[in-house]
Amino acid sequence: MDFTTLLLVLDSTVRLATPLLLACLAGLFSERAGIFDIGLEGKMLMAAFFSAAVAYATGNVWLGLLAGIASSMALSAIHGLASITFRGNQLISGVAINFLAAGVTVVVAQSWFRQGGRTPSLEGASRFNPIELPLAESLSGVPLLGPIYHELVSGHTVPVYAAFAAVPLTWWILFRTRFGLRLRAVGENPESVDTAGVSVIGLRFAAVAIAGLLCGIAGAYLGTALQAGFVKDMTAGRGFIALAALIFSKWRPWHALYATLLFGLLQAIAVRFQNIDLGGFVIPVQFMEALPYILTVVILAGFVGKAIPPRAGGEPYVKER
Amino acid sequence: MEKMPKWADAVLVPLLSLLMAAILSAIVIFAIGEDPVAAFKLMVDGALMRSAGWGYTLYYATNFIFTGLAVSVAFHARLFNIGGEGQAMLGGLGVALVCLYIPWPHWTLAIIGASIGGAIFGAAWAFAPAYLQAKRGSHVVITTIMFNYIAYSVLNYLLVNVLIAKGSMDPATPKFPEATHLPTFRDMFSTADTILFRGSPANVSFFLALFACVFVWLLIWRTRLGYEIRAFGHSDTAANYAGISAVRITIVTMLISGALAGLMAVNTTQGEAERLILNPTEGAGFIGIAVALMGRNHPVGVFIAALLFGFLYQGGAELALWTNIPRELIVVIQALVILFTGALDNMVRMPLERLFLAFRRKEAR
Repeated sequence: MDFTTLLLVLDSTVRLATPLLLACLAGLFSERAGIFDIGLEGKMLMAAFFSAAVAYATGNVWLGLLAGIASSMALSAIHGLASITFRGNQLISGVAINFLAAGVTVVVAQSWFRQGGRTPSLEGASRFNPIELPLAESLSGVPLLGPIYHELVSGHTVPVYAAFAAVPLTWWILFRTRFGLRLRAVGENPESVDTAGVSVIGLRFAAVAIAGLLCGIAGAYLGTALQAGFVKDMTAGRGFIALAALIFSKWRPWHALYATLLFGLLQAIAVRFQNIDLGGFVIPVQFMEALPYILTVVILAGFVGKAIPPRAGGEPYVKER
Repeated sequence: MEKMPKWADAVLVPLLSLLMAAILSAIVIFAIGEDPVAAFKLMVDGALMRSAGWGYTLYYATNFIFTGLAVSVAFHARLFNIGGEGQAMLGGLGVALVCLYIPWPHWTLAIIGASIGGAIFGAAWAFAPAYLQAKRGSHVVITTIMFNYIAYSVLNYLLVNVLIAKGSMDPATPKFPEATHLPTFRDMFSTADTILFRGSPANVSFFLALFACVFVWLLIWRTRLGYEIRAFGHSDTAANYAGISAVRITIVTMLISGALAGLMAVNTTQGEAERLILNPTEGAGFIGIAVALMGRNHPVGVFIAALLFGFLYQGGAELALWTNIPRELIVVIQALVILFTGALDNMVRMPLERLFLAFRRKEAR
């Protein structure tokens, strides 16, 4: 593999890792607050459709982004209502949200656009377009670093940079602010937070809302940047890969970045090389596609260090009487 | 004192949830500019008014009985098996291998062999998540989801590279031999002058599903194992003190659950397609979740809920054929049913309980 191919693979790694990273951070906020969220997939899908649809109708991708975030947060509200207010089963609620999104997007897409459950192709200002970072062109002549800067660092869309910026921001919020401390406490020991006079319900709703926001950006990225429009089931399990990355990273922001980059790399390799020939032994493409899921199971099995989720995860909080 | 009589819990709560899902679905249909009443009529017409429609409804219902039972058996041990989809896919592989490589003299023997094959492969696919949950505490929900994706890749690989029919581009096995073909309802119920269930895929495995319902009822409420499963589901610590092994119950329950999901393949792969195709399950594994929740994890409830979803599935296909409402409307309804009967259960239950309590107080006075 030569240098250019390597750069291309890494470049597509960054692009493929972005939705995973955003969704993973969404899950991080939610699960750190004690709310399991297997509805990441559905929220992204919903946002992908509504952002692409609104971007197409208005010709403005930013309005599309807002619509995507709003639709994703609406699903978050349902999840919050079911799992926080009515103390329902968070896993079942997540499953319901995934199906709701899978159904609603196609039904509405068919009704609005009549193209078999997809939006028309987006172009121009209705998409997020690549941004050339300063000096990218003039520095591209510099050996080694020039092409890396030009191909890999520069030339991505706004959500990509936003996703990478979200990692230190998440770390700072969770570990350096009062809100973050309380949010983590509510996922470990909600009684203590309640005793301190802070609203458990309020904190958990805030966490679920942040998850909705991040999934909204991830979905909008899928629908308007990575691809030029919405197609049926376009998230293709990314929500679950993000969940896998979340467990892999043991619920830590920086590790979430590494895990999603790893899974992004696997996807990029699977896209680029169909069957990988290792001198007589061929790795089939299906194996590469399944690798993130296999890795997750291996990690969950505890063969690569034990992943311990937040202690109060999945349990609705009932005030002591 | 119980807050609500048993019948209210078993009948009224699911019915109210269903009603709310129906109202919301009607609003969705209305919002996309179609007529909900006409749509409902069309669904009833297409699914229940002709014997061919019933043939499809019962065919789908057969799938949902198996997957619904699979989910509910796991629920009794408080395990959430989302892996019905993958287990049913692997079940399809088991059924296909049995049908292709064993020369069966007659379908009556072939269906027994295929059932065993499907059940074993389905159970085997549930084993790893079960073992990891029992021994290493890996959450069974996440691992079963992962195994769904892995199952799809495994099937994809095998169909494209190994099992594909010679000279064919279509990733599917060759047609199963004639002797393994199951009699359809048309073969069984048509008389010389009236042909019933024309062209519909319902077949003899519907009765296998009924048998599975009875089996699950006997298992859960009439055997020691069933008692242990329920005890473990109610309180794992109490079950532990009673000498019930958590590891054994978790693994055995998941194996039974996986086997039930795998049995679905007898209906789809042997009964309908008569060969193994890519994506033989079409989401039936997930519908099992809605069916189990609505059926309150009881075989009778699962049977009724499976019929309902069979009707929705067939009715939805009719809608997609004649109107501008795509099939995915059924997915919306399915989501709403899961939401109301599963996650928002308390929203329906709490006001009802209050109502019943108020009534009782009045009576007591």
